[in-house]
Amino acid sequence: MDQIQLTLLEEIAGLHEVPQGAYNIRINGATDSRSTTENIDIVTKTDVSGIDIYIKPGTKKESLHIPVLLSQSGLKETVYNDFHIGDDCDITIVAGCGIHNGGSAASEHSGIHSFFVGKNSKVRYVEKHYGSGDGNGERIMNPTTVVHLDEGATMEMETVQIKGVDSTIRETTGDLASGASLTIKESLMTHGKQTAESNFRIEMNGVDSHVNLISRSVARDTSHQIFRSEIVGNEKCTGHSECDAIIMDKASVSAIPELTANCLDSELIHEAAIGKIAGEQIMKLMTLGLSEEEAEEQIINGFLK
Amino acid sequence: MLELQNVSCLVEDESREKEILKNISFKIDDRFVAITGPNGGGKSTLAKIVAGIMKPTSGKILFDGVDITNMSITERANLGISYAFQQPVRFKGLTVKDLIKLAAKDRTDTPDICGILSEVGLCAKDYINREVNASLSGGELKRIEIAMILARSSKFSIFDEPEAGIDLWSFQSLIRVFEKMYEKTNGEILIISHQERILNIADKIIVVANGEIKDIGPRDRILPELLGTNTTCPALTEKM
Repeated sequence: MDQIQLTLLEEIAGLHEVPQGAYNIRINGATDSRSTTENIDIVTKTDVSGIDIYIKPGTKKESLHIPVLLSQSGLKETVYNDFHIGDDCDITIVAGCGIHNGGSAASEHSGIHSFFVGKNSKVRYVEKHYGSGDGNGERIMNPTTVVHLDEGATMEMETVQIKGVDSTIRETTGDLASGASLTIKESLMTHGKQTAESNFRIEMNGVDSHVNLISRSVARDTSHQIFRSEIVGNEKCTGHSECDAIIMDKASVSAIPELTANCLDSELIHEAAIGKIAGEQIMKLMTLGLSEEEAEEQIINGFLK
Repeated sequence: MLELQNVSCLVEDESREKEILKNISFKIDDRFVAITGPNGGGKSTLAKIVAGIMKPTSGKILFDGVDITNMSITERANLGISYAFQQPVRFKGLTVKDLIKLAAKDRTDTPDICGILSEVGLCAKDYINREVNASLSGGELKRIEIAMILARSSKFSIFDEPEAGIDLWSFQSLIRVFEKMYEKTNGEILIISHQERILNIADKIIVVANGEIKDIGPRDRILPELLGTNTTCPALTEKM
């Protein structure tokens, strides 16, 4: 790995070196290194680009890292990663994509992640996207996440895209069986002329299933964001979505929440709020000795934390 | 030392000009000064003008002899002026710890923060990682607001009606916070209040009504007058 790739790895996965436990590091379209454990197997797909990950039932306290790094300008790839997680597992999965584009051609990574989570398993999934490089070439990332939660399974998904991604279309869908619970926290920041679109569709098909979807975003300069969330309750279930956006400069944000209750006992709530940073928040921090710019940064960092 | 020289403040009110401060001049060099008077009389405007949140239409403000009239909020804060809002601001995402660290310019570590929070009657264990958002009650927000001022240990701290909007139980311990602050701090305190127990610990009291200074002087003279007559300030005596 060269210095650029090491920097990308640190940005998206917080790693200074190869991680402990199972991992698969993909660099510029090919597998760079891989490690499996007794409980976690990683197999290269033969029909399309990507990997199948098999996690044995009962695997606890293990982690899996699957970072993707692109430092070659102009590279475009679509990668399919499927996670087959057995029953009664408790695991952490860290994915992420870093693109460094120093050239003039667009670099693009489309990662399609499908999770098949077994009964009563607990998954924490962290995904971070980051772009750097001073070339004119665009950095494009279009992640798709598909989550199938079996009975009693829980998944917490944290997705962060703070810097350097010029264009993104994010698709997240999920279906939940009885007693399954899905929590999604999305943090998004766009600047310059960037565009971001984030679409969610979650179907609660089982009794006592639950979804909580929280999206916080900041749009700066002339960037534009669209947020769509669709929550469907087909059984006795509870669902909540919250979209909070701060707009700055000449940016624009659209939030389109949608709820569908197909069962008398579904309880669904959505909240959406868009606005600039409250003047009194800036003023308060200025009375603590911060400049106006420093106050804005603190408010944004806290908001996206 | 704070000095106001002929400070006036005009605001647009329903397309009419209204003078909320009328040619105010005073000099204070006491450790604990209370401003009191009827609601709508100009007390909060006066505090905001000192902190830089509002600008006077005319007049001068001097802090330790330096003309701060045209200085920004930040510049005044860095000179040592602190201001506790009457209605504390909520922040989505920023925690009690974040705000106290910002107030202390990162000089504090966790044990210091615990000490500051216990000064205002909050247990750090329960509050340090709480977001300063709508989940906190009015009384809790007030205490955190005061904790931020304590963390700054500034030369000159302004509190705008710290008792407003808090319940009776919280009020009792809030008074103790100020009594303690008076004993401990070396800086000067300017506090806007209607409460007798707060006025009772002031060295000097300024009575502001209708945009003007009605009276200014030592507590021993002003307080009995405020409490003993209905003619000086009916709104105030009603409250007390």
